[in-house]
Amino acid sequence: MLLIDCPWCGPRDEIEFVCGGESHIVRPAPEVDDAAWADYMFMRTNPKGRHAERWGHVHGCGQWFSLVRDTVTHEISAVYRFDQPRPAERD
Amino acid sequence: MSRYSFLSLLRNGLNHHRRWPQAWRSPAPKPAYDVVVIGAGGHGLATAYYLAAEHGIANVAVVDKGWLGGGNTGRNTTIVRSNYLYPESAAFYDFALRLYERLSDTLNYNIMLSQRGLITLAHSRHELEAMAAWVNAMQVNGVDAEAIGTDEIRRMAPLLDCSTSARFPVLGGALQRRAGIARHDAVAWAYARAADARGVDIIQNCEVHGLIEEAGRIVGVETARGPIRAGKVVMAVAGHSSVLAAKAGFRLPVTSYALQAMVSEPVKPMLDVVLLSPATGVYVSQSDKGELVFGGGLDLYPSYGQRGNFPTVETVIAGLIEMFPGASRLRWMRQWAGITDVVHDSSPIIDRAPKPGLYINCGWGTGGFKAIPAGGFTTAHLVARDEPHPLASAFTLKRFETGAMIDEAAAAGISH
Repeated sequence: MLLIDCPWCGPRDEIEFVCGGESHIVRPAPEVDDAAWADYMFMRTNPKGRHAERWGHVHGCGQWFSLVRDTVTHEISAVYRFDQPRPAERD
Repeated sequence: MSRYSFLSLLRNGLNHHRRWPQAWRSPAPKPAYDVVVIGAGGHGLATAYYLAAEHGIANVAVVDKGWLGGGNTGRNTTIVRSNYLYPESAAFYDFALRLYERLSDTLNYNIMLSQRGLITLAHSRHELEAMAAWVNAMQVNGVDAEAIGTDEIRRMAPLLDCSTSARFPVLGGALQRRAGIARHDAVAWAYARAADARGVDIIQNCEVHGLIEEAGRIVGVETARGPIRAGKVVMAVAGHSSVLAAKAGFRLPVTSYALQAMVSEPVKPMLDVVLLSPATGVYVSQSDKGELVFGGGLDLYPSYGQRGNFPTVETVIAGLIEMFPGASRLRWMRQWAGITDVVHDSSPIIDRAPKPGLYINCGWGTGGFKAIPAGGFTTAHLVARDEPHPLASAFTLKRFETGAMIDEAAAAGISH
């Protein structure tokens, strides 16, 4: 069970949240070709290790935010708001 | 390869079973092969077998970071079925089931196929209507399917709670009689033994660290036991496809999730069909040893941790108890997870990679086991002939650009 530190509500159990997938995906301009659009729509980094992803506190405040989570250990190393850039990695 | 038969069983029985030959060799890797397959799971081993058996390409190595069949092939709930909605999937998965029906003979290895039937339950009027359309689609596609009523389901699964007071009352079901279960390890072992007998080298405990690229073409793999050069490289690594693709410099439309399964303690025979309930999100069968084998939906976030999280376990067990109230008294024996390669339309990818020399078999998501014979057969065709097999021509990477998806999310039965 993950304990997720919602930027607005503080630490809560993972069952209050929903994971919305990879963060920082930038929508290209509509006139790009099919390959670029497919890349935006479907291709994912899906790393084994630290992954910046969107989470929604759907059974809490309803806000969305980003966090950096290790996809093997599930350790959460950073939680930040949508209007903030991905924090620099520290090891 | 010494054939397994009643006579060989008798002969070895008289020797107290001390002289059975090894089922396959453990060779050291050669410096080069015609084809190197990464991943000694069902799809990788089947690809190697069909390359040798159907296309005469036996100078093949299958390399794996662990032991063969130790990934998702040994972690699924052993269900085989072909109850898909769209013509492309129906043709592909029914071909897999037809190969499964002959596989014990073809490979001279008992895969313990038990076509005991699979019932997908309908718990509401809307599910009944959707199910009728689904059964019709299957029949039009030439796959066996029947819509059955509650009385028939009660007769086939007497311990299932079919009462009107059930949280999810059973109103009917879709039955595929040819569906069932097969021994998952035996499928890997059967393909391994048959491929090895045709000269394929299976190299276990040999992790691939990288791909060797020359002039824009993949020409081999860097492994824990040194470089191995190859005319062609196949990746059949399921949940780790994105990791390998990143090494080759491209991305895939794949997200890796843990899918859990579990077994109860063994009990006397209580269930001789496979049941799947979209409402409780549970699929369950009883193994030959007597354990209830069951699983549910995916874990809630991307994961490469082969263990799974507890909230999903709780949901799955609660669902099982909704279906079988008597199961609340069973002890829970084992739980595990496999890392599945989930694609947006729940259909596989069998295609040439964006890098020449590299071929992809992935995207099976939560349903790779049932597809093993067809996945291996069509991947071998693709590698040998450099063109997709007609049965797999729809399952390309191109569909994500053209939009020609084969959205089987509903036919997967459980909302993965």
